[in-house]
Amino acid sequence: MMDVSLPSRLEGIADKLNGPNTLGNSPAFWAAFAAGMVLMLAYPLVQGSYAAGQFSLFLVYGLLALSLSLIWGYTGILSFGQVAFFGVAGYTYAIVSLNLGGAFGQTVALPIAVAVATVSAFVLGYFMFYGGVRDVYVAILTLVVTLVLETFMAQTAGAEWAIGSVQLGGFNGIPGIQNFALGVGGASISLSGSGFYWFVLAVLLLTYLGARMLVNGKYGYALVAIREDEERTAMLGYNVKKVKLAVFTLSGALAGFSGVLYATWGNYMDPSVFTITFATIPIVWVTLGGRESLLGAIFGTIIIERLRLWFSVNASEFAIVFVGVILMTSVLLLPRGILPGIRDIYVFVDEHGVGEGIDRGRETVQARVRTLLDSVGVDVSETKTPTGSEEVTE
Amino acid sequence: MSIPEDINVRQKPAVAATGGSTETILATKQLTKKFGGLTATDNVDFSVDRGELRCLIGPNGAGKSTLLELITGQLSPTEGDIYFDGHDLTDMEPHERMDAGISVKFQSPHIYESLSVEQNLRVPLQRTDRDIEAVLERTLDRIALGEKADEPASDLSHGEKQRLEIGMAITIDPKFMILDEPVAGMSVDETSDIAELIQSLHDDGMTFLVVEHDMEFVRKISKQVTVLNQGSILRQGPIEEIEADEEVRRIYLGENA
Repeated sequence: MMDVSLPSRLEGIADKLNGPNTLGNSPAFWAAFAAGMVLMLAYPLVQGSYAAGQFSLFLVYGLLALSLSLIWGYTGILSFGQVAFFGVAGYTYAIVSLNLGGAFGQTVALPIAVAVATVSAFVLGYFMFYGGVRDVYVAILTLVVTLVLETFMAQTAGAEWAIGSVQLGGFNGIPGIQNFALGVGGASISLSGSGFYWFVLAVLLLTYLGARMLVNGKYGYALVAIREDEERTAMLGYNVKKVKLAVFTLSGALAGFSGVLYATWGNYMDPSVFTITFATIPIVWVTLGGRESLLGAIFGTIIIERLRLWFSVNASEFAIVFVGVILMTSVLLLPRGILPGIRDIYVFVDEHGVGEGIDRGRETVQARVRTLLDSVGVDVSETKTPTGSEEVTE
Repeated sequence: MSIPEDINVRQKPAVAATGGSTETILATKQLTKKFGGLTATDNVDFSVDRGELRCLIGPNGAGKSTLLELITGQLSPTEGDIYFDGHDLTDMEPHERMDAGISVKFQSPHIYESLSVEQNLRVPLQRTDRDIEAVLERTLDRIALGEKADEPASDLSHGEKQRLEIGMAITIDPKFMILDEPVAGMSVDETSDIAELIQSLHDDGMTFLVVEHDMEFVRKISKQVTVLNQGSILRQGPIEEIEADEEVRRIYLGENA
């Protein structure tokens, strides 16, 4: 292995990163990706530490979105429970780090919190997949678990609900969580603002590249195959239950890591992470960005969260309504999500030219809008058909 | 559901050879499957010899699909056992049965529509330690889809989809292939393509169990036929005898001929 030259070793890594299960594999993609990374890295220098601190929340959420893309987009299992693992890890981190105190306490709390989320995902996944729970029932069950956690954590007000010296605090949650830190005593680093931003960016980058290797590797085919046809895949010798459990557990761990970063970002944990609104938001991110695209999931998250922030400042009561409108519009125009949509357009224009691309785009938009209006009972067909009302009732 | 102590399944095939040089590869013992009050498979002792090409026929509701699904592990029997090539399959998960050497082509094409033809074949190959590229090329050649290797599987015709699924099923190097109505809904040309494919695999030593309604196709590919009726084996034997049998004619072939 030692005599392998660097270029060929890099090629080996590139081989693992690229494959049929990710959208961008071309040198052009990687060039754009590198340019994007440079911009991301420079963001704190241009916008300042405060803005970087704000933006780092989107990257934390990006990690949560990535976990959902793996389990839902690639494996076809819609999990409403990603926020449950996110919240469980956040709470665990708060309890452990505040009990132990100091940077050392936080350093110990990180693996414990991720481990608790991982084990929770494993246990829930085991009972679901080995118990024969499938399809929409997985979504229902994971949502129920999340809502039960909300109800439970919301009633933990009062002195009797304390673990060690930490009060769980009911609706108010646990305040006073320290900024993210690693190390012992004097040899520790505490991250906030730009430092935290760069750290989360690095975590997200590594997780993204790791996830690319996973989905383009030997396991990737198994994931996509399970999504496409579970029975066929089992009958080709794949241990479907085991693969599903492994991916569910992994995505629970990623969601947990994201939850820890969230707790240190906001310096508090409260039961709002287990609400149905928050449980739905990751699905919105991933749907918007393109659930079968890892990068799309992160893209969708940043877009939605940036808009939510803007709306909450400028028109707070309508924020979630606007998000809903954006989601509807994007699903209508780019049903597979923004990034896969852009890629489809790029491929089409590349093959057929810009003019035809514009024509095709106009036709598609018209057809989709007409279908939508038709489905809500608005008659827009150019040639009036007397049977229009009957079609609607179908 | 425990392994009967008197049968040493690891040492020898569960059922003794039926005579001559033939050897049983698959055997069911008093296999029964009940759905509530309905007995879909009733105390069936069924066996297939190694290298045989057996067809399973019978009227709708005779229990053909149930028997297949019991063998593949999609269903668990109410009573009875299934032995295959020295293994007791009865409590095995479907994927373990595939590892033991069984492979199946479902009735309606189950392929990965969003993947290309080649990727469809890669899915099963990924987990085998076979030489992926070589097997891929040979399989594409065998199912005559080499020219369409890069096309999305969703663009294939019905017959091509069926061939692709057979291709996927053979990439895991099975000893025993189950085909559930492989020519249902196919044109005459497509049917004879499938017949040729099955024949060539059979010539290479593959054992087949084929459920089929198309008697012309059965005549073409098979010598041995088992007739199921109301969950039990009605007749078993060479195709000529079966077709001449009065009771078989009355309950099944009559409506078909």
